[in-house]
Amino acid sequence: MASKFPRGLTPSQTVGPFFTTALTASDNNTFVSPVDNEVSGAGQKINLHGRVLDGNRDPVSDALIEIWQADSQGNLTSTDFLGFARSDTSSNSESSYFFTTIKPGAVNESDAPHISVIVTMRGLLTHVYTRLYFSDELEANQQDSVLNQVPENRRATLIAQRGENKFVPSYHFDIHMQGENETVFFGVL
Amino acid sequence: MASIDSSQHPPFIFTDYKSSLLRGPMQSPIDIAALYSINSGTKISELLGSLSSRFAIGELDHDLTQNFCRGGEPLGERMIVSGRVLNQLGNPVPGVLIEVWQANASGRYVHKADQHEAPIDPNFIGVGRCISDRDGQYRFCTIKPGAYPWKNHPNAWRPQHIHFSLLGEAINSRLVTQMYFPADPLLSFDPIFLAVPAAARERLVSTFDLSISEAGFALGYHFDIVIAGGLATPNEDHGGHG
Repeated sequence: MASKFPRGLTPSQTVGPFFTTALTASDNNTFVSPVDNEVSGAGQKINLHGRVLDGNRDPVSDALIEIWQADSQGNLTSTDFLGFARSDTSSNSESSYFFTTIKPGAVNESDAPHISVIVTMRGLLTHVYTRLYFSDELEANQQDSVLNQVPENRRATLIAQRGENKFVPSYHFDIHMQGENETVFFGVL
Repeated sequence: MASIDSSQHPPFIFTDYKSSLLRGPMQSPIDIAALYSINSGTKISELLGSLSSRFAIGELDHDLTQNFCRGGEPLGERMIVSGRVLNQLGNPVPGVLIEVWQANASGRYVHKADQHEAPIDPNFIGVGRCISDRDGQYRFCTIKPGAYPWKNHPNAWRPQHIHFSLLGEAINSRLVTQMYFPADPLLSFDPIFLAVPAAARERLVSTFDLSISEAGFALGYHFDIVIAGGLATPNEDHGGHG
């Protein structure tokens, strides 16, 4: 990989513990981030929440979570829709992240709807990519070409569980950095 | 196929960097970019996007010496950092959201978790942002950050650095990194810097550049940033940006 291109990549470094003032919308109101913590657009409004757990299953209270998704029609390149948002796990005592967004459409006809998730934190030297799939898309999930690359016994780490909320569907998605339930991370280059 | 290029990026677990031990994943990432080449009809959302130039930047966002003044000016050595965002072919990448954050001249962040006993500067928040221009150029005016202690090991000090976050057209261009300063004696003791493969470390060190300096005002440093992605054109309605 390194030898294929004339320019070497700038190496990654940890985001460290002090990123919220710069990167997330919630931390201060005098110097607001250009990246919002919600995605808005046509479609079914949904909430996403969860925690990041370390190798001791302790919640990580300084993780940055970014989401990227298609619009409700499955379009990734629309300029009328901004499917990127940020949250972090430092703003409440449960160390949860939280997003309000819309349910994306499937990007490929035969695949399942999903949200791409970027996770980084103090202690992580290179950010990781995972995907959030929906527990109420059982049939579509079974056909999804990416989920089918994942060993069957690890697929559950990628499924967000829908809660009981009647008004806005809410999905719970924890990210396990290590351990028995280590979340599946993806290479995207 | 290696999905994290370990010849260029640090590993997930680097023993000397204590907080990586419980936070770095143990299993290898599963490569999904290859699905695109196996079946060219399949769109991979991590490879596709329209994120260039989509974020609103304020007029003074790039100037950390002015963007948080509260009746005075920040203390410390004024500096300019400038360079280009490039892809791996060496072509400029326009429209990239570049966000920076840093300690003040005393080595203190404006952040509730920073307990270092060094003074806060009331005129400096240490946060800036800009968008790379059509030639991939960016420029920040700031204050040279101070070194500061941390708890990784006894007498541990972070070298002077500026945090950089970059987001290009698609999320596979995402980069979070740190820029260092030439000839900093702390670099050879810093496990975060030393986690990078030796051959790639110099890419994180800016160079002093008199042509970027502004006479009578600020010293200049040059720092080019090479990001991934942007090389393939996964579908016809989305031309790669070169």
